[in-house]
Amino acid sequence: MLLLNQGENTLKAIPATYNRAHHAFAVFTACATFVVITAGALVTSNDAGLSVPDWPTSFGYLVKVPHFVGGVRYEWSHRMVAGTLVSLTLAIAIWTLLVERRRWLRWLAVGAFCTVIAQAILGGLTVLLFQPPAVSTAHATVAQTFFCIAVAIALFTGRKWVEERPRVEVDSRRPSLFLLTLLSIFALYVQLILGGMFRHHGMSWWPHVANAVIVSFVLAWTAVRALSVYSHIGAVRRPAIVMLSLLITQLCLGFTAFLTRVAWGRNMAQPELPMVASTVAHVAVGALLLATTVVLAIQVWRHVPIALEERIPQAERDVSAA
Amino acid sequence: MNKKNSWMVSIGMLGLCALLLTVACNKNTEQSSNTTAEKQAAPAPMSAPIDPATVATVSGQAKMGGIAPKPAKIDMSQDPACKGMNEAEAVVVDNGNLANVFVYIKDGLGSRTFDVPKDPVVLDQSGCKYHPHVLGVMAGQTVQIKNDDQTTHNIHPTPKDNREWNESQPPQSAPLEKNFAREEIMLPVKCNQHPWMKMYVNVVKSPFYAVTDKSGKYEIKGLPPGDYTIAFVHEKLGEQDQKITVAPKDSKTVDQTFKAGD
Repeated sequence: MLLLNQGENTLKAIPATYNRAHHAFAVFTACATFVVITAGALVTSNDAGLSVPDWPTSFGYLVKVPHFVGGVRYEWSHRMVAGTLVSLTLAIAIWTLLVERRRWLRWLAVGAFCTVIAQAILGGLTVLLFQPPAVSTAHATVAQTFFCIAVAIALFTGRKWVEERPRVEVDSRRPSLFLLTLLSIFALYVQLILGGMFRHHGMSWWPHVANAVIVSFVLAWTAVRALSVYSHIGAVRRPAIVMLSLLITQLCLGFTAFLTRVAWGRNMAQPELPMVASTVAHVAVGALLLATTVVLAIQVWRHVPIALEERIPQAERDVSAA
Repeated sequence: MNKKNSWMVSIGMLGLCALLLTVACNKNTEQSSNTTAEKQAAPAPMSAPIDPATVATVSGQAKMGGIAPKPAKIDMSQDPACKGMNEAEAVVVDNGNLANVFVYIKDGLGSRTFDVPKDPVVLDQSGCKYHPHVLGVMAGQTVQIKNDDQTTHNIHPTPKDNREWNESQPPQSAPLEKNFAREEIMLPVKCNQHPWMKMYVNVVKSPFYAVTDKSGKYEIKGLPPGDYTIAFVHEKLGEQDQKITVAPKDSKTVDQTFKAGD
């Protein structure tokens, strides 16, 4: 393990200034995204996805409140909070373009806006094409991708990220911690797609359950590596602990959701509270788990880069510690 | 925004428009192809002659063997306008007699075609339930859908072989008139506003079908003599077939017993 001096960051130092209001708005947007994901999970869990049959209007109107009963409550509320999120994303994108000096972050903000528009179109297609499993699953997957982008923007605009000079340690282990975090994100995406296909009646439950074993193994491996080798780096330790906690919570929620929906709820006349609560919580914690893993990957990329000859010229290395 | 950024935004917007156009075109193509297919699938009005003097009647009863499952409870509290019986109709058993079994002549009619009745069959929404729970209709025949409730329903068939649609129907609105072009048994229909509301439409090519009533009884009239396969289909208990031979002016009794788990 190579240790670099604090001033010799392997990542190119980019001048940036902390803007408290901008960061607070980015955090608010990320929180709003979590609310929209939870509202979307409520729609699917209550089988209310097509209770409003038209799109982009709702019963012929853009914002008129309909008779607020049954599945309409969930679907219409989801549309309204999602519409608010589009406005928030547009605002954060414009704000970022105006105040941010980091070019890549400006592009990320533009990317966030494009993603939320694509997400809205996928939501519309889900309604107009009567919830084809592939489209509905894409809608669920892009939602969580957008959540990760929103969390990343909140992270990049934070005081710690902007003002902290990271302590960098080069990772010479194989597989590297960064590769493990990428593997974790990949495993979670596969899990997200399998779960979405099951929820939208495009696939049986067992691939999702089988992949849960793989996800648990990969995430546990990543967390153990991060905590055993780099626990002294707070920016790595914190998301690793959160990720491990969320993984355990998610496994418990998954088991509960399986019991309430698959084992006990097969012959229910309608979605009941235990199955709705457990599946919504499973989706919400799943989104938090993915976002936390993305944060961990970003922090590992910043603090524990891979030891590559081409990345770190020999002259810049401090081999005082191994 | 500099010139390069402007170009990128323009290309992005063009891509988005292209995606929207593609989706819109695909939807139009799908709708027009469905319409064409429906026209092609509509049976020709040419009917093989059936001698009314020789036709037979098949009747009987559907029964449930073993212990019938308890009907699932329905909670209608999410809509104050919904006031009705709070039990699901998935398996309705009374003294061992099984209701809502769709009985039809599955095979044996050969290439005979039958005129589509001009009278519509009625599907009513009352007490936030569908009446009847199981409906039989001939391919191309009009299904008139009424809403007698003081709340909005949406009617959403989820077929495998017919065109899917989803329409809302406010209180006191005019009945919807729909038809199904292709034969399909146990085609699910649901209301996404009231998730307990489910029923099944059975689309067949002949008029020889019936649905068992609360006492499990059914009757199929006007059947020409011949060898047939008669099918008993239940939404949860599946399908049971029987081979029968019907003589001229016959009055045949064909019963069927379903077992839980069949």
